[in-house]
Amino acid sequence: MLFKTRNFDDAKTVLDISDLVVSLPPAAKAKPVLNGISLTIRQGETVCLVGESGSGKSVTSLAVMGLLPKDALFVTGGSISLSGTDLLAQSPGAMQDMRARRVAMIFQEPMTALNPVLRVGEQIEEVLESHTKLPADERRRRVIDIMEQVHLPDVERVYRSYPHQLSGGQRQRIMIAMALVLEPELLIADEPTTALDVTTQKQILSLIAELQEKHGTAVLFITHDMGVVAEIADSVYVMNHGDMVEHAPIETLLRDPKKDYTRKLLAAVPSLTPRAARPAPGGDPVLRVEQLNMVYGGGGLFKRHPGTHAAKAVTFDVARGRTLGIVGESGSGKSTVARCIMRLIQPTSGAIRLRDSDIAQLTRKQLKPHRQHLQVVFQDPFRSLNPRWTVGRSLVEGPVNYGQSPAAARERAAELMEIVGLPRDSLDRYPHQFSGGQRQRIAIARAVAMEPDVLVADEAVSALDVSVQAQVLDLLDELQEKLGITIVFITHDLRVAAQICDDVLVMQRGVVVEQGAAADVLANPQHDYTRSLIEAAPGRSWDFANFRELGAA
Amino acid sequence: MLGYIIRRILAIIPVMLIVAIFVFLLLRLTPGDPAAIIAGDMATPEQLNRIREAMGLNDPLLVQFFTWMGRLLQGDLGVSLISGTDVTTMIGQRIFPTLNMALLTIVIAVMIAVPMGVVAAWRHRSWVDYAVMSFSVLGFSVPVFVIGYLFILVFAISLDWFPVQGYASPTDKGVLAFLDRAILPALTLATIYVALIARMTRASMLEVLGEDYIRTARAKGVRESKVLFRHALRNAAVPILTVIGTGFALLISGVVVTESVFNIPGIGRLTVDAILARDYPVIQAMILLTSGTYVVVNLIIDISYTIFDPRIRY
Repeated sequence: MLFKTRNFDDAKTVLDISDLVVSLPPAAKAKPVLNGISLTIRQGETVCLVGESGSGKSVTSLAVMGLLPKDALFVTGGSISLSGTDLLAQSPGAMQDMRARRVAMIFQEPMTALNPVLRVGEQIEEVLESHTKLPADERRRRVIDIMEQVHLPDVERVYRSYPHQLSGGQRQRIMIAMALVLEPELLIADEPTTALDVTTQKQILSLIAELQEKHGTAVLFITHDMGVVAEIADSVYVMNHGDMVEHAPIETLLRDPKKDYTRKLLAAVPSLTPRAARPAPGGDPVLRVEQLNMVYGGGGLFKRHPGTHAAKAVTFDVARGRTLGIVGESGSGKSTVARCIMRLIQPTSGAIRLRDSDIAQLTRKQLKPHRQHLQVVFQDPFRSLNPRWTVGRSLVEGPVNYGQSPAAARERAAELMEIVGLPRDSLDRYPHQFSGGQRQRIAIARAVAMEPDVLVADEAVSALDVSVQAQVLDLLDELQEKLGITIVFITHDLRVAAQICDDVLVMQRGVVVEQGAAADVLANPQHDYTRSLIEAAPGRSWDFANFRELGAA
Repeated sequence: MLGYIIRRILAIIPVMLIVAIFVFLLLRLTPGDPAAIIAGDMATPEQLNRIREAMGLNDPLLVQFFTWMGRLLQGDLGVSLISGTDVTTMIGQRIFPTLNMALLTIVIAVMIAVPMGVVAAWRHRSWVDYAVMSFSVLGFSVPVFVIGYLFILVFAISLDWFPVQGYASPTDKGVLAFLDRAILPALTLATIYVALIARMTRASMLEVLGEDYIRTARAKGVRESKVLFRHALRNAAVPILTVIGTGFALLISGVVVTESVFNIPGIGRLTVDAILARDYPVIQAMILLTSGTYVVVNLIIDISYTIFDPRIRY
């Protein structure tokens, strides 16, 4: 692994945060959100700020931007200086003038970060309108120029496009263009690639590096992804609950972390090396999918539209107690396959055999007895649990629908709470009273309460921090041991797939390009696409958990 | 897009046809002989027969319907039983005061309510927000005639800024004369719409102001007024437009109390007079007009969505 080893001792300091304290309103009587943190970035340097959710990374960035939510968070101590300018002493008007001109920011989700009703060209141009007195044609020339610098294709067309007409990667390029058009001294990037596919992520990371080189920008890169950190950082700051835990150059931090928290954080990063193979199962497969096709759209009143072939001749089977991973990028058709198996949608053709009955074309009514055997855990536990229902009510509803007595269902629900590691009285509480990881445990308990044969986990750990991710993966493993459930695990994350799957199926544009035992597919990929996915995985040659190069035993 | 507009306009035909059938049957399904209802209790058998003959009531129902529809399509809505004048002419005289009042009212309401709602959302939970919300409760709950007479008392009688009652056509007497007389009734009418639109604007804006792209706009150093009106309001527009559109349709179909309080010769009073006098041809015409207005206004609202939100494509 080649780490960055550039030296910035002679470069001028761009951002200097010292002893910054950010607090909730005095009435809250809570511990500060930022507890006296210090951080320095020099010209041309990339500093990564890492930590789990709630660590205070984003609050730090908003404090620098002067965008802390009014009446909710207050700077109560310390200083922030941008090339000598004391940012905390600036009036709101002066701060507004400095944003985009001297310090700019890009965000995690480029779809929601761009205004959906304005053309993207206008949104970039607005930066120039707000901060310069350039005439219209000169503004337009500058916008076209920066759009070319971020390598957008067909610039004139993209200029007139709305965000929803562009791909995720293109949208993030627009965000970057918007942030860099005035050549700010400091760029803050808050999880800018987390919502993107690995191959797109790779392109965006190299674009940021290229523009940084060109303009000498200092970059504060906020992320939870240690792989990304290993690829891009000059130095790293680790945060936890508002405290700055550790600060070191990248290689030092990864090889020789000083603090327990950092070691714990690195140890939780799932390895790309597949898990040890489990003994092959005997008996007939529980779920068998044959020649599954799904075409969206098509038809049309006057002329036939071709429609989108989201799944083409997908065939696989899974045995009892095994885990099959379906891996692919957005648009690969992995979620379509999951929805077909769940029969949330009706496949165009093909068979889905669940314990010998073909459920592919059954009607809603005919499906009812089968639903119980197929359960799902979704990506976002914040939205998949009814916020107005107690956890108990959510857990009991399903079994009662299938004829269990409410008392028995509740007793079972309480047992399940213990199995997933939550207190029994959690049943009387509401989802918002739990953390993300706890909610995902509840979602798993809800699915398991139905005693399913097959559990579909659709990106079930993608929204969680790595340490929580590891716990939830362990929980799924444990449940599988105990109950013999078959798991179909949909994910875009190869590291996660390597940790939990026995078999893997790689999909690209609706087609299965490669399938087989996880150990074979991930360690020795045959198809070009699988290989490009693995190559794009950031930090792939580093063994985070053991603080050394992969394979250097 | 053009195809969508044409389809929507064509879809008006069946809707209006159903309304027309209903309106036609209204008179025929009323228990008893329509001629007797029309002629009143004191009519002689000859008079009844003359009316039946004149209305074509002796023909089969289907023939009657097609004759009636044929006239309707030529703009012939029949003759008022009370005044004996042509219903089309009667509506023609009354529609412009109502239309002008409705337009003025909506313009005033939007100009006051939208900024109010925007500021209330921007300063969420501040005194401005509470003031706007309290005003909106007041606007909903105080009856129109109270507001009307209050305005007359204050602005017409005490301050003597405006005339007490009356109406002047902007085309005949000039825009100033029209505004002089129309401003008080329009303000009266606007109160409830200000309350409604301000509330809707506030709710819709509150949702939008929490969106990521608002944070992006601020991170770009865009002025706060531009953040609110350029970035947020356009995204919040769809529900606000819906309220404005339905409000306008309600205004067209008549605002009886205000027209009575301010003595404006509009559609609302025509409708009430016709109902009280059982002037069936006029009632029929009013139902057709009202439903027609709703259909057209709805069409305009749906099309206007696409102007504000490029993601909506039909």
